[in-house]
Amino acid sequence: MAATELTAPGQGRGLLDVLANRYLLRLIVRKEVQVRYRGSVLGILWSYIKPAVQFGVFYVAMGVFLGLNKGMENYAVYLFSGIIAMNFFNEAFGNAARSIVGNGNLIKKIYLPRELFPASSLWVAFIHFVPQVIVLLVACVFTGWVPNLWELGAVLAGFLIIGIFALGLGVVFATANVFFRDAENIVDLLVMVATWASPVLYVWTMVREAAPWLVNLYFLNPLTVAVELFHYGFWHPTVTSGGTWEIPPHLFSVWTPAALVISVAFLVLGDVVFRRFEGNFAQEL
Amino acid sequence: MVHEHAPRGAQGTAGEVVVRVSGVGKDFVLRHTRSLKEALVWLVRGRKGDLANHFHALDDVTFDIHHGETVALMGLNGSGKSTTLKLISGVMRPDRGSVGVRGRIAGLIEVGAGFHPDLPGRDNVYLNGAILGMTHEEIDARFDDILAFSEIGEFIDTEVKFYSSGMYLRLAFAVAVHTDPDVFLVDEILAVGDEPFQRKCIGRIKELVARGKTLVVVSHDLDLVQQICERGIVMESGRVVFDGPCREAVTFLRERNR
Repeated sequence: MAATELTAPGQGRGLLDVLANRYLLRLIVRKEVQVRYRGSVLGILWSYIKPAVQFGVFYVAMGVFLGLNKGMENYAVYLFSGIIAMNFFNEAFGNAARSIVGNGNLIKKIYLPRELFPASSLWVAFIHFVPQVIVLLVACVFTGWVPNLWELGAVLAGFLIIGIFALGLGVVFATANVFFRDAENIVDLLVMVATWASPVLYVWTMVREAAPWLVNLYFLNPLTVAVELFHYGFWHPTVTSGGTWEIPPHLFSVWTPAALVISVAFLVLGDVVFRRFEGNFAQEL
Repeated sequence: MVHEHAPRGAQGTAGEVVVRVSGVGKDFVLRHTRSLKEALVWLVRGRKGDLANHFHALDDVTFDIHHGETVALMGLNGSGKSTTLKLISGVMRPDRGSVGVRGRIAGLIEVGAGFHPDLPGRDNVYLNGAILGMTHEEIDARFDDILAFSEIGEFIDTEVKFYSSGMYLRLAFAVAVHTDPDVFLVDEILAVGDEPFQRKCIGRIKELVARGKTLVVVSHDLDLVQQICERGIVMESGRVVFDGPCREAVTFLRERNR
């Protein structure tokens, strides 16, 4: 045996451990995906059906009944590109926040890098995000989507913002959830509010008209920026005129970098909080 | 640190310390409340009173375990044996004192903890193996041995929820004993399966010991423990009350709780 130093067991290196345990991460992700639709006849098809129905409901309610359809070309594409952004966030954030308590039995008994669980939630959310993107892309292509590199870059940036923000916030709430199960209810609330706090169902200019003072605060929400980046990348290239929509001022120069910084800050915060408290997980779960 | 316990295992190399527990204390919190509201009220009132009851699960526990030693942690229920094992495995951290380990530690702390009922046996072997710290290649290389040891045979591709409890434990144990850590932590799992399988498990553990593995066992089966271990540490109310040869430790424990 090598004459190495005695080290304290169970000292996680936080998210670095996730990178060092990619094989285990892959197995956990595979397990989650396999288990998700176990015993169901339609299996992975549910990943298509659920967003499709959700889209249908919103389209009829918002587009047809509330008449948003009229003021806007390809409202369906506009709507769906926002919905998939929120679905990605909601699933990654919600599952990450529940992942530690949900895997409590394991965490109590065997030491393994515990940030693997929130990280695997993000990965699983990504796996369910892909089919939705494919559906959206089909719709985009039918409506004449020919994006340039800048627009594709916007989509990628939006995707990164959501992923990082969801993981960071998810890790914070996963930690809180171990000590106070109230956290789970707060997560549900946030998920519910998130869809409406971003211009998914409506157009951001409505916020400017109703409450001009709110706009800066509104765009400090990384999700709002991500949704607008998706609109810019997926929907904007398919229309001849934006209608009531316009590219938010400073979207690329200010809000996108700001959203990235805020998201990374949440991830760092989550990592710090997680490592500070993970030593107590086993006895609290 | 006084090295009172020279390694007695034939293969022990130079008595290197592989686990060092020094002055360790661990408190458990008996929380009155788990709700945010009550915690807020407590904060607002200037943190008056204690939000929770503490009790000492471990108090000033100190011992060294050397390479190749086979150690039994003994004591009545609630004496702190399993907590000690959890501190060594890293599942918990000590509140006072320090725990140091060298090399890879693997716990057979509850076999099958990482099993998922809806996955087939094969997937569970890989998942559990990886959880216990094995790499993909290691699991591939040992898969046939694990399968043979577990006697699961053709059912390996059946979901484990359809297994009998004996099959489940056999497979879980097979994975655990095929990990290759430097220090094995074993918590009361020797009572698995029927008698022939139990004999096989004990045989496997003795084989590991013969190969120079360090072993830390928690068990109430004092006769079994005497067969496997050379050193016994008796705990009582979170303290070490005896540390010496296993046979004497068993006698001590039996006398004390007569």
